[in-house]
Amino acid sequence: MSKKVRRKLFSNFMLFLSFITSAYGIFWLFWILGSLFINGFKYLSPELIYLDPTPPGQEGGGLRPAFVGHLIITSLATLIGVPIGIMAGIYFAEYGRNSKFFMTIRQITDIMVSTPSILMGAVVYAVLVKPVGHFNGFSGAVALALLMLPVIAITTDEMLKLVPKEMREAAYALGAYKWQVIKNVVMRAAKVGIMTGVILGVARIAGETAPLLFTSFNNNVLTFDLRDPMASLTVTMFNYVMGPYHYWHQQAWAAAFILTMGVLLLSIIARVLLHRNLLEPLFYIVRSITGKKGG
Amino acid sequence: MENVVEAQKSLREVKTRGEFLERFFKLSLGFWALFAGLLFPILAGVILLYEARLAIEKFGFIHFLTYTNWDPVQEDFGAATMIFGTVVSTFLSMLIAAPVAIGIAIFITELAPNWFKPIVSTAVELLAAIPSIIYGLWGFFILTPIMATKVEPWLQDKLGDIPLIGKLFQGAPTGVDVLNTSLVLSIMIIPFMASVVRDAFNMVPPIMKESAYGLGATKWEVIRQVVIPYTASGIAGGLILSAGRALGETMAVTFLAGNNPQIPRSLLEPFTTITVALANQFTEADTDVYLSALYYAGLLLYLVSFAMLGIAKFMVLRLEKRWKV
Amino acid sequence: MIETQTALKTRMEVKNLNFYYGSNQALKNINMPIYDRKVTALIGPSGCGKTTLLRCLNRMHDLYPANRYEGDILLDGESIFGMDIIDLRSRVGMVFQKPTPFPMSIFDNVAFGLRLKGIKGTELKDRVEKALKDAALWDEVKDRLKDSAFSLSGGQQQRLCIARAIAVEPEVLLFDEPTSALDPISTAKIEELIVELKKKITIVIVTHNMQQAARISDYTGFMYLGELIEFNPTEKIFTKPDEKLTEDYVTGRFG
Repeated sequence: MSKKVRRKLFSNFMLFLSFITSAYGIFWLFWILGSLFINGFKYLSPELIYLDPTPPGQEGGGLRPAFVGHLIITSLATLIGVPIGIMAGIYFAEYGRNSKFFMTIRQITDIMVSTPSILMGAVVYAVLVKPVGHFNGFSGAVALALLMLPVIAITTDEMLKLVPKEMREAAYALGAYKWQVIKNVVMRAAKVGIMTGVILGVARIAGETAPLLFTSFNNNVLTFDLRDPMASLTVTMFNYVMGPYHYWHQQAWAAAFILTMGVLLLSIIARVLLHRNLLEPLFYIVRSITGKKGG
Repeated sequence: MENVVEAQKSLREVKTRGEFLERFFKLSLGFWALFAGLLFPILAGVILLYEARLAIEKFGFIHFLTYTNWDPVQEDFGAATMIFGTVVSTFLSMLIAAPVAIGIAIFITELAPNWFKPIVSTAVELLAAIPSIIYGLWGFFILTPIMATKVEPWLQDKLGDIPLIGKLFQGAPTGVDVLNTSLVLSIMIIPFMASVVRDAFNMVPPIMKESAYGLGATKWEVIRQVVIPYTASGIAGGLILSAGRALGETMAVTFLAGNNPQIPRSLLEPFTTITVALANQFTEADTDVYLSALYYAGLLLYLVSFAMLGIAKFMVLRLEKRWKV
Repeated sequence: MIETQTALKTRMEVKNLNFYYGSNQALKNINMPIYDRKVTALIGPSGCGKTTLLRCLNRMHDLYPANRYEGDILLDGESIFGMDIIDLRSRVGMVFQKPTPFPMSIFDNVAFGLRLKGIKGTELKDRVEKALKDAALWDEVKDRLKDSAFSLSGGQQQRLCIARAIAVEPEVLLFDEPTSALDPISTAKIEELIVELKKKITIVIVTHNMQQAARISDYTGFMYLGELIEFNPTEKIFTKPDEKLTEDYVTGRFG
């Protein structure tokens, strides 16, 4: 075998290996999603949403406090984390780009994105739970907001950086103040990108468990009071899976299914928003079917 | 005449309002930027430090790091076991995930036909979007039984008798062990690692690759001798970044690691990590020292993770700065 | 075309201007008048500093750090470095190389500068309409003012940017290679527009297209390596320039 043929064979072999690795990755994805579908779907029932949990050991009941609590905590966290994150991101992109100090700060923010989430729970515990004396939903929301904050700041910064500088210059050339350029032109141009970042941020915190373990903790009773401990889907799943009861496991599967579908849906929406040209052919088809006659 | 005066007055109002808002904007936005990147990380560290002070006083630094006894009853705490668990599980998961992630990145950037690229990319991103508790739940219910009844006995059977390696496969194959945890952990970090490596690969200027092809190199040779050296800093940074993330992973590990207070003697024994300890014991810590010891471990995790992520960032930035003209 | 003696008024004046990007000197001792309601063109090979000079006139360089001016630029006798920069930019407008419509409706684009000054209501609508008419765009967009500015073609977008700039009624309008990204027909339309606009507004235009300068400008400045080599009526520059360097450039011997 000539050297050349050997090299080519080796190259093809290595590339084949890379194909195998991709197949390996996709294999796991399908297995996990598949199990979720099968088991989650099997145990899915509408009662889960509007019934409260039964006493331990007694079959039946639902996860109403967990669903409602999860929504409340996630929404509150978003309300706190998103505005702060966006404001920080705007500063990084529009004011801080020439300052070494602020660029370092921005890098630190990026590091905070990957910090262990359970530590956020521990920090918030010391500040919002221990002094108060009991777990509370508000501290859970704050913990999640602190997780979300760096993510939103970084994506906002990235999206604003994509706006061409000529657009800003054109606005300045008309006699605008910096805040007017940002508010009326740059933010509008980056609107979709920032929205995508927010959606992805929400998807991420919706799936978090660790920070809630000792902030909002859990509750078997439905409550809207943020001063009470509050149930969440994730913490409930954690407790149920570790618990001994079969029906608990089933409900955990169903909850896992719903949670994952929700998170994946948000991720897909975000992707589609960002690559709207993916939908263009769809729009075209729809338009031609609904008969815009004459084009 | 009136109109001119009116117009001038409203213009002046607009100007003063404009200038005021200019300063207000800069200050309020700047404050939150400062908070996000400086005040918040420092505050978090300080709070952890403060809560850990009892344990720091009582156990010191070296002792806490090396003492393997974690005894809530005697109020005697040494974090060596959980540190060991954290390090080993992270290291093993990286070992498995790194070649896979690089392989996926190679596949996406070099091999996949254009129509297939987004499919694989999307699949990878979907894997990344799955919440970690789902990995834990799935791992616990689905993978663990399979590991316990089929895979691990098979491994013990085949490898148990080989001199050194065999030691790694002793113990009862329960599926709740280092091996299973590292496996699931590796699946979790593959997507992130793959996307970092892929981004690094995409930074290679096509001209560089074309010059190599022009000299008659095969695809693999171009990858190995041009792309990878060019992006070496970025890949290394990406690996460390992923390790930093794996370090902090809680939920999947909590389900699959067990709660062994001792250092595992083989891959098939249960173990514990700092995050697992925090997750399981935080709400049960009934004494101040107990809680403080947990915070101490958490503080160590914070510092190490911060340092790792910082180093990784530095390496990735160096790659970008060198080649982004 | 010999100018009969309507007194030639100087609208802006560049006096001993030196400009530095960081430690790099981009403009060397520029002295140049800009005559009222005439079109002044700046020509020269790539990198000669013509765009740099243009951007000094409305202090666009202030947006970026490490830029330094030495010398002075006067607008109606007043130093532009002493006046409020917001005022300066309402009096000296700019149209850029690539059309840069804002992500809003056609109407809102043109109204942008006016709204900044607090103008609203019927006055706003009237001035928007007038600007679009003066920019020769009104007939094409009058029925779709609410449409996104991105729905316009490239040439229309550039005319929109011109309408946007003239809506605030500037005294001077700066054009930075305004037609380099456009097709010949759109280019012709914009050149017509500039010739029409100069009846009311002083115009400075940077162009790398010598024929364009010859077609529409009254005065031309030739720049090379950061210096103003020659400044004269356009006809002179293109037929009997004073400097050899100018002649070489204009006859295509380099650049």
